[in-house]
Amino acid sequence: MTNNNKPILKVSNLKTHFDVTKGIFQPKQIVKAVDGVSFEVYENETFGLVGESGCGKSTLGRTIVKLYEPVEGEIEFEGKPIKGLKGAELKKFRKDMQMIFQDPYASLNPRMTVGEIIKEPMVIHNIYKTDKEREERVVELLKIVGLKPDHIQRYPAEFSGGQRQRIGIARALAVNPKFIVCDEPISALDVSIQAQVINLLKNIQKEMGLSYLFIAHDLSMVKHISDRIGVMYLGHMMEVGPSNDVYHRPLHPYTVALLSAIPIPDPDIAKAKQRIVLEGEIPSPINTPEGCPFASRCPKATARCSQETPKPIQVGNRLVSCFLYEK
Amino acid sequence: MSEINKEAITDDMFELLDESEKNSEFIAMESKTFFQDAWGRYKKNKLALAGLIFLVIMVALAIFVPILSPYGFESQDLTMKNALPTLAHPFGTDKLGRDIFVRVMYGGRISLAIGFASAAINLVIGVLYGGISGYIGGKVDMIMMRIIDIIYAVPTLLYVILILMVFGNSIGSMLLAICLTSWIGMARQVRTQIMSIKEMEYSLAAVVIGASHKRILLKHLVVNALGPIIVSLTMMVPSAIFTESFLSFVGIGLDPSIPSWGKLANDCRGLFFTYPIQIVWVVLAICLTILSLNFIGDGIGEALQSKTR
Amino acid sequence: MALLEVKNLTTSFKTPQGKVQAVRDVSFELNEGEVLGIVGESGSGKSQTMYTIMGLLAANGVIESGDIIFNGENIAPSAFKNKKEYDKKMRTLRGNDIAMIFQDPMTFLNPVLKIETQLIEPLMNHTKMNKQQARTRALELMRLVGIPSPEKRITQYPFEFSGGMRQRIVIAIALACNPKLIIADEPTTALDVTIQAQVLELIDTLRRETNAAIIMITHDLGVVAKLCDRVGIMYGGKLVEMGTDKEIFYDPKHPYTKGLLNCIANPEDDDDKELQPIAGSPPDLLNPPVGCPFVDRCTKAMKVCKNHMPSVVAFSNTHSSKCWLNDERGAKYND
Repeated sequence: MTNNNKPILKVSNLKTHFDVTKGIFQPKQIVKAVDGVSFEVYENETFGLVGESGCGKSTLGRTIVKLYEPVEGEIEFEGKPIKGLKGAELKKFRKDMQMIFQDPYASLNPRMTVGEIIKEPMVIHNIYKTDKEREERVVELLKIVGLKPDHIQRYPAEFSGGQRQRIGIARALAVNPKFIVCDEPISALDVSIQAQVINLLKNIQKEMGLSYLFIAHDLSMVKHISDRIGVMYLGHMMEVGPSNDVYHRPLHPYTVALLSAIPIPDPDIAKAKQRIVLEGEIPSPINTPEGCPFASRCPKATARCSQETPKPIQVGNRLVSCFLYEK
Repeated sequence: MSEINKEAITDDMFELLDESEKNSEFIAMESKTFFQDAWGRYKKNKLALAGLIFLVIMVALAIFVPILSPYGFESQDLTMKNALPTLAHPFGTDKLGRDIFVRVMYGGRISLAIGFASAAINLVIGVLYGGISGYIGGKVDMIMMRIIDIIYAVPTLLYVILILMVFGNSIGSMLLAICLTSWIGMARQVRTQIMSIKEMEYSLAAVVIGASHKRILLKHLVVNALGPIIVSLTMMVPSAIFTESFLSFVGIGLDPSIPSWGKLANDCRGLFFTYPIQIVWVVLAICLTILSLNFIGDGIGEALQSKTR
Repeated sequence: MALLEVKNLTTSFKTPQGKVQAVRDVSFELNEGEVLGIVGESGSGKSQTMYTIMGLLAANGVIESGDIIFNGENIAPSAFKNKKEYDKKMRTLRGNDIAMIFQDPMTFLNPVLKIETQLIEPLMNHTKMNKQQARTRALELMRLVGIPSPEKRITQYPFEFSGGMRQRIVIAIALACNPKLIIADEPTTALDVTIQAQVLELIDTLRRETNAAIIMITHDLGVVAKLCDRVGIMYGGKLVEMGTDKEIFYDPKHPYTKGLLNCIANPEDDDDKELQPIAGSPPDLLNPPVGCPFVDRCTKAMKVCKNHMPSVVAFSNTHSSKCWLNDERGAKYND
């Protein structure tokens, strides 16, 4: 089991905030996109991160690849904190940590050919000595992601969404990374194409021994691909645990509600299923008050929930941030 | 299904297709580089094409006519004052008997040179200033933009007159006068472009693969902002020509010995009621050149529009 | 008699690149009070089929052939004397008998008008209500779609509502004149899972209470399984399979339907069986294949599929599909 491995990524009490104050004289407005998140990803593991829009899952992913700087907390990659990395060390981090983006229509530079796009990381990191070797590697990568070698001279606009997403994967693989953050890589794709990308990611992991942080809002796919799942709500990690356990025995009231909302592609189950329909909507992430972020919609909330923020509690093989599970 | 098709179907057709006979991973579009594609669309725009052809002819005439013509632009022939167009002098002659055709073409040299040179200066300053401001963002951007606001707040004509008075009526000071404020528009536009492209996922991807600032700025940001930059560049040429002509026409422009289009028009002012035809030629040259440059700008804008996705 | 009968509908779009054949020979029926799901990927023609029915095609769209019989009356443009007559008829139908729910509520709601105006106006235009009656009915509708404290919220503007609430408003407007048919174009795609669950629950309740027929356009088989009585599967502009929810999910006949079901993850299975993706990309509708549109991605494609479109084969009163594997000569490849 993957849990015996050592963690490749360790995130502790991470906070990424954005100042969205409109003018100089306006009251300060802080979006606490990620507000005290801790979790670990083990080697050769896929960690699924789910949550609804605005829960901070993409911000978390971008903070991990150092696109954003956190205001507090620490990220350790391979045992070393990534804060303040410079020069050769930063370059090594950039080589080991890659990202696959959400929008296949925006994630490829429209003025570069497919060959140039996939070659660029190799040029930056000086991976091969000659351009010919790089070209050969590009062709090899194209084959891995199921595209043809003669696609090398073409521009991204000539490809379909699924094909573009595979080019993005080839670019991420070009530097032989150890860890890939997949930021909703399938949400913009058609159903029949999603499975292509998921299977491709799984095969690559098997062959190259990569670790993934897989961010998505599609719970069915996340459960399918992930070994462990983290459920986020309004910048907080509500529950972390092995995916099957979380799916079948959700502990946190939010996880329970979220899972019951998944539409099951099976008419008998779907029509019989009793849903827990949550009242209300996700509150705004601007200037969030103290307390459990889910308190306003939680069917089991008590007075304490809106005064104190619950700390993660170990329950069996899981971490749950809810007062219900205090011994 | 029609009967005809039914008959055509034979048993041997019910064999599985080989993978090679299928057309999966096909690509619908034929492969073209970005500029081939844009040129293909540009060609379809008749006005833009006509504008381009006119501009090329105009530039060629401006370069070669003064060289090849038997008359110099300053050579006077007092026996031929204010002549109407003839074969020898296709546009006629002016009050000093100088060939108007040669003078208009020579003026074209100066006016077009000023137009293109100021566009080039604007491009360099605007892209650098706007690019840096947009790319770095934050406080630096704030300060750089406020500086622009301050420059912009002083009336342009005031600068221009001051510069031409202090530095003299040379082409150099005219360029300085035109470019001192006109790069601002370019800088602002580049900044907005860079700021939005900076947030595109491909720019983020460039950061994640460890690209240097220079690489990100040049290979990813500027290249993709190029379309709108080229368009406003083509629009900048006519505006510079127009500014120079206007200044020269009202008499604060170039030295009288430099016959730019504005100067030529100014020269004809006194004879406007007696020999109106003299002013027509230069006005026509200015109008058609500016018009064709505008068509070219529109054409490029349209041609570059698609395929950005 | 069926409420809506679509026969051999073909719609195309003129583009600079050529003719895009968006809808190709689509036929189906819809009964009163029934929920029909139309499933397909982007570019499969599912939305354009519905826009054709509603008379809302873009300016470059042309209905090449086909009949649309609604409530016993042919409402295809070819059945009218001229465009003016057709437009007049469609305007009265839309909002009265046929209503539409769009994917993005903000494109439907007018941002500068109060919800009150947007709800009351269609009521006053299409029924003989006066303003007071219309307002009462509007409040009733808002309560019906589950908007809390409607008296207060009716005077607000669309931007003061969240995404889920906006979609509820759109549904309330759609229901305003008791339509016989509601066409919903991906009504929950833009919403989050928990909000999607609220809206699906709402649509499910409403169909029972109002007895309106619903056509649900979606790519999400989970939504279909939850709501629909019958399902049509579209691919490359063609309707390739049609059946009840159970027939489609438990006994799919067309290789595309089978492929679609094999490439989605069902969270109820724990052994995490390998997904079986459909290789390749959807066809180019500028030059669609002459035969079956799925030929290039089908694992069972035969020589015949390349140049001949299979005809409809019925398996039951409700279940039919278009595939050469249904022919006795192709049956040997069925597993």
